[in-house]
Amino acid sequence: MYRSHVLVCGGTGCTSSGSDRIVRALENNIRSVGLEDEVKVIRTGCFGLCALGPIMIIYPEGAFYSRVQVDDIPEIVEEHLLKGRVVRRLLYQETVQEDTVKSLDQTDFYKKQMRVALKNCGVIDPENINEYIAYEGYEALGKVLTEMTPEEVIKTVKDSGLRGRGGGGFLTGQKWAFGAAEKADQKYVACNADEGDPGAFMDRSILEGDPHVIIEAMAIAGYAIGANQGFVYIRAEYPIAVQRLQHAIDQARELGLLGKDILGTGFDFDIELRLGAGAFVCGEETALMTSIDGKRGEPRPRPPYPTTSGIFGKPTVLNNVETYANIPQIILKGADWFRSIGTEKSPGTKVFALGGKIHNTGLVEVPMGTTLREIVEEIGGGIPNGKQFKAAQTGGPSGGCIPAEYLDIPIDYDSLTAIGSMMGSGGLIVMDEDTCMVDIAKFYLEFTVDESCGKCTPCRVGTKRLYEMLDKISKGQGTMEDLDKMEELCYYIKENSLCGLGQSAPNPVLSTLKYFRDEYVAHIKDKRCPAGVCKELLHYVIDPAKCRGCTLCAKTCPADAITGKVKEPHVIDPAKCLKCGACLEKCRFGAIVRK
Amino acid sequence: MDMVNVTINGERYSVPAGSTILEAARYAGVHIPTLCYLKDINEIGACRICVVEVKGMRSLVASCVYPVSEGMEIMTSSPRVFDARRKTLELILSTHAKKCLSCVRAGSCELQKLCREFKVSDEDYYAGENIQYEVDDSAVHMYRDNNKCILCRRCVAACSKLQGIGVIGANDRGFKTHIGCAFEQNLGDVACVSCGQCIVVCPTGAIAEHDNTEEVWQALADPTKHVIVQTAPSIRVTLGEAFNMPIGTNVTGKMVTALRRLGFDAVYDTDFAADLTIVEEATEFIDRVKNGGVLPMITSCSPGWVEYCEHYYPEFIPNLSTCKSPQQMFGAVAKTWYAQKMGIDPKDIYVVGVMPCTAKKFETKNVESNAVEGLYDVDVAITTRELARMIERAGIHFTSLPDGEFDAPLGISSGAGSIFGATGGVMEAALRTAADWLTGGEMQKVNFEEVRGVAPIKEATYKIGDLEVRVAVTSGLANAKKVLEAVKSGEKHYDFIEIMGCPGGCVNGGGQPVQPAEVRNFMDLRAMRAAGLYADDAGKAIRKSHENPAIQTLYKEFFGEPGSHRAHEVLHTHYSPLSRF
Repeated sequence: MYRSHVLVCGGTGCTSSGSDRIVRALENNIRSVGLEDEVKVIRTGCFGLCALGPIMIIYPEGAFYSRVQVDDIPEIVEEHLLKGRVVRRLLYQETVQEDTVKSLDQTDFYKKQMRVALKNCGVIDPENINEYIAYEGYEALGKVLTEMTPEEVIKTVKDSGLRGRGGGGFLTGQKWAFGAAEKADQKYVACNADEGDPGAFMDRSILEGDPHVIIEAMAIAGYAIGANQGFVYIRAEYPIAVQRLQHAIDQARELGLLGKDILGTGFDFDIELRLGAGAFVCGEETALMTSIDGKRGEPRPRPPYPTTSGIFGKPTVLNNVETYANIPQIILKGADWFRSIGTEKSPGTKVFALGGKIHNTGLVEVPMGTTLREIVEEIGGGIPNGKQFKAAQTGGPSGGCIPAEYLDIPIDYDSLTAIGSMMGSGGLIVMDEDTCMVDIAKFYLEFTVDESCGKCTPCRVGTKRLYEMLDKISKGQGTMEDLDKMEELCYYIKENSLCGLGQSAPNPVLSTLKYFRDEYVAHIKDKRCPAGVCKELLHYVIDPAKCRGCTLCAKTCPADAITGKVKEPHVIDPAKCLKCGACLEKCRFGAIVRK
Repeated sequence: MDMVNVTINGERYSVPAGSTILEAARYAGVHIPTLCYLKDINEIGACRICVVEVKGMRSLVASCVYPVSEGMEIMTSSPRVFDARRKTLELILSTHAKKCLSCVRAGSCELQKLCREFKVSDEDYYAGENIQYEVDDSAVHMYRDNNKCILCRRCVAACSKLQGIGVIGANDRGFKTHIGCAFEQNLGDVACVSCGQCIVVCPTGAIAEHDNTEEVWQALADPTKHVIVQTAPSIRVTLGEAFNMPIGTNVTGKMVTALRRLGFDAVYDTDFAADLTIVEEATEFIDRVKNGGVLPMITSCSPGWVEYCEHYYPEFIPNLSTCKSPQQMFGAVAKTWYAQKMGIDPKDIYVVGVMPCTAKKFETKNVESNAVEGLYDVDVAITTRELARMIERAGIHFTSLPDGEFDAPLGISSGAGSIFGATGGVMEAALRTAADWLTGGEMQKVNFEEVRGVAPIKEATYKIGDLEVRVAVTSGLANAKKVLEAVKSGEKHYDFIEIMGCPGGCVNGGGQPVQPAEVRNFMDLRAMRAAGLYADDAGKAIRKSHENPAIQTLYKEFFGEPGSHRAHEVLHTHYSPLSRF
């Protein structure tokens, strides 16, 4: 028994900011004061509040330390662990009250969250199967194998109304039923861990923080559909997740929770990892399976759907990481419990990777139906620097931008689709008034052009042409006819592309055209970028009334574009100006303006 | 057959269940255009030209891969469909080198035809970045110009699925996707077998044979040269297609007249050399059987197959017949016996081969043993397509030509020589001769039906005298691979195997007239063309190679016995393993 537990986040975010070194410093310091038998240090998965990493929480006090540095460790060990005095200066500010420490659950960031998929993340040691088991781990698998028929499992998942968390929102139970109905000598269960939306990292966090939940859920799916082999297709760029998942698989095999005759029930199931090389399109189910088959990762036409002909041409049920993370609890707590969370058509919770112009960047899990405003303003802590909310982007390159007028819509699959965006895998990027929507559309298109597999014409050539039109507009060279031509091309690409990547690629353009058309028009007609982002449309000028002729700007300018005599107003030569903005930053008199 | 009811453009039809919309429409007589689709080998739904509207579906669907279902309502020519197809064409054109005036495929280009049909009036509508690719002309037989490639991947499918080779594939991705060899190697540096199947499936001018007609024109214009031409067996049943004649039409007479009008000093027939090949090959086979040689013996007249064997199955080199191919035997005889007989210095004899095959171009330049030191047996090989272009350029109105006859002696042939152009033909020709020889002429069997036809692998066992001869016939290298693997594993035992590199044999060779996918998908070119050859054979007075009087004279005057030392020097060759990577 330990009297204290120190949980240090070992997710990719906190690892990048040095949590590995912190763990080592902690262990050294604890040993040097002789507390190694009393205090246990645990490297967990992601806590969610990545903006404040590296993060550490010490129990039983529940003291939540943020932005911890290696230099802080001796003090934490000496004061907190040895003498029992919480180091207040390192506490997450919001938890500090006059005389006491507020529990983490009561902070704005965590208050409205509900953790189902992330239940164990930041709580258990992901590298220790016993900790998972202590938190009801593998109980659902045991229940399924000993008390339920495959039909009952499928019925429970169907009744729960769980929908695919990878973005499409297809009913998981229905997919399992399709897989189960197929007759074949071999079937497969697969997990899509090829998380590729820019800024999205919920699947990675689950795999890093709670790998066993995926293994357990896949085994349950295998039992339900009659498959004895699973594949996890995971990005090679997720080394921590890969290592922990492999470790977890090895541990599960050792305990007989994977392999032959699981729990003595005669059910065989095993899992292998397949590393993806990072192509975005391999998150598309048929491309993913083609890649597992050992071929170039390209989508193929459907039907046949993967539940009929998937990996190696065999019936395959593929679910996303977060979808699987819900399964064991649905089995243990029942479909009704799950349905009691969220909305009628979108039950349960959804994990979002919150990013962009927002205070609390990180991972949040909320019941479906929570409004965008609650997520942005309450959980996310609002926009920094007193700026105005302009839009939120959901669904990554396949999704769209949601303007301020929709801040109060409940977030679920259908409402997002209705306003031209989509749930996607759960990336949620907040934009403030300094964001140019033409530039944003261009950014996403550039991503799609780069990630298109090149198989079908609309996506291969169409997205490129769409990007070129956006580029032209962002440089002030567009015409109003271009706008129509662009919109026409968007609908063509959506209607004609082979797979979801192409079919959804125009969404960022269409949604910005829908809600921010005036910005496009400003770029075209006024040759002006209202947000002051598009470089070609910016002009830097010196206000002669304010310029004191200090020459600082002229010295700073890398292009020698600024001239003038000492103590006389200077001028910028627009032909030479690179629009880098260095002069604006240096000027102490506010004489330089960007127009 | 199970049927389902569908509506196409408002008309109701009953169509076979399980068919695609494209097939169902075809069944109902409704034409849907395609570009990337090749039945059975390239059903990838990539180009999106074949999109149609299906009632109740949000997006358009690719009819080439979408199955019909009961009650489906399909619109194949609605404004929405036309608009989508036109946009697809405009996008393709925005990355296409539109050098259509002089393109080798002008007139037979599938993209051009569609642009005309859909009235793409502004070919620069989607103008933008257009990557400029270097033309890969490193291979002896062909070049690839990716600036004209529309990325339909038909060539990739032909190479990997029909031929089981796969030396080409998609490189890079997205807008930068292009077809090439692994690691951007040149085609001339990889284990390509020069079969040319990629060329005949290409819808545009992105892949074509190296045109050697200028060399032929030059030779014809050179008064010091005695320029003779030989036409491979299959040319007579395919050349007519280049002049819009029905597939399989036998145009031997017109072809001979055309060649004569082009100015060749003599017009000869590779069929003669095919007969010679049979005499040598049957001798070799009987020798191997009787004297414990390496069996199964495998035919060596298809240079695509021989190159494949050298690259991929060098362990079967001892099994390859040492006989040169008919094209090379012809050249070897022309520059020895014929030169002697005619009193012409072999240096002045210029031999042109008109071949169904691009590998023949490779073969002429890569012979390990030419009959006359320092001279190529065959100086240049041109394909059926190139001959057609020569006839066009010379202003010869092919379809109205009178029939001519091949010159003697190298134009005299038997029916056995004709069927060399189709899969099974070499085997049957060899069996006719071997049967006669082994039974002292008692067997009298001419038709060996079991080895005919387009089945991928044909097997038969013939009792010839007291010998049981187990034979196998295959064509298309993916099929050849299966046969070789079965032999290697000991699963199959044969004495004699015929392998032709192209599916269906030379009638479907990589040098034959290009037929659009529309024809390839719904007609069996191989069978239609082969039928012309079997009819030719049946109509011949002499059906067996060894009964060809010209061949008999040749042996009497020059070689002595079949398989003689001299015959070996002139008519046989050897092979060397080639690297696979």
